[in-house]
Amino acid sequence: MANDRIEKRIELKAPVSRVWRALTDYREFGEWFRVKLDGPFVPGEISHGHITYPGYQHLKWEAVIQKMEPERLFSFTWHPYAIDQKKDYSNETPTLVEFRLEKIPTGTLLLLTESGFDKIPADRHLEAFRMNDGGWTQQMKNIESHVSQKSSSQGV
Amino acid sequence: MFAALGDPTRLALVARLSRGQPCSISQLTEGSRLTRQAITKHLRVLEGVGIVRSVRAGRESIYKFDPQPIEELKQYLDSMSKQWDDALSRLKAFVES
Repeated sequence: MANDRIEKRIELKAPVSRVWRALTDYREFGEWFRVKLDGPFVPGEISHGHITYPGYQHLKWEAVIQKMEPERLFSFTWHPYAIDQKKDYSNETPTLVEFRLEKIPTGTLLLLTESGFDKIPADRHLEAFRMNDGGWTQQMKNIESHVSQKSSSQGV
Repeated sequence: MFAALGDPTRLALVARLSRGQPCSISQLTEGSRLTRQAITKHLRVLEGVGIVRSVRAGRESIYKFDPQPIEELKQYLDSMSKQWDDALSRLKAFVES
């Protein structure tokens, strides 16, 4: 529960150079991410565009490019799910998205991290889509096991 | 929310309240090494983020667990996580084709 990040790892059967291009060439990024970007990614600069995902074409895409360390690390900050067009999200702390690449025998290991969700205001949680019920039982088990591991000595 | 649950004592209080009956501060203090004041302070933090609610019952406050804020946060992270799964599978298809 006390985890403020999303982490993914995926093995890609393609050379690191190919994956790097798919991540950092703005046209290629746009293809798979489903966003039409106005221009190339430049560290320290804002990347503008708009979503091409069916049903969400009216939404703008905006991110601040942070790091581009060739074939190793690509990162940007953004406001995830900034889907309310009437709302100003600029005062909120953005989350940090990092793509890390590692060469493996079969191609490329891609590690994705999005961190900083603890800074997202609680009222934004409701904006995300309602999902099926049933997660709660598991969540409580997680809390229980966390408690039994970490704080049995606390005496509560 | 993360900060509120990041403390092991508070996490344990939440776990206890979520298991069953609403509890008074006295009940929560019983069998604990912490003082009544310390427990009260932790409960206020949890109340502040809405995970715990209190109602007055005579001279005591009864505390009960409210799963909604945690559930909302979990749904939020789940939906974000799902978005990345979808995007990364599109990336995989894109670079492997």
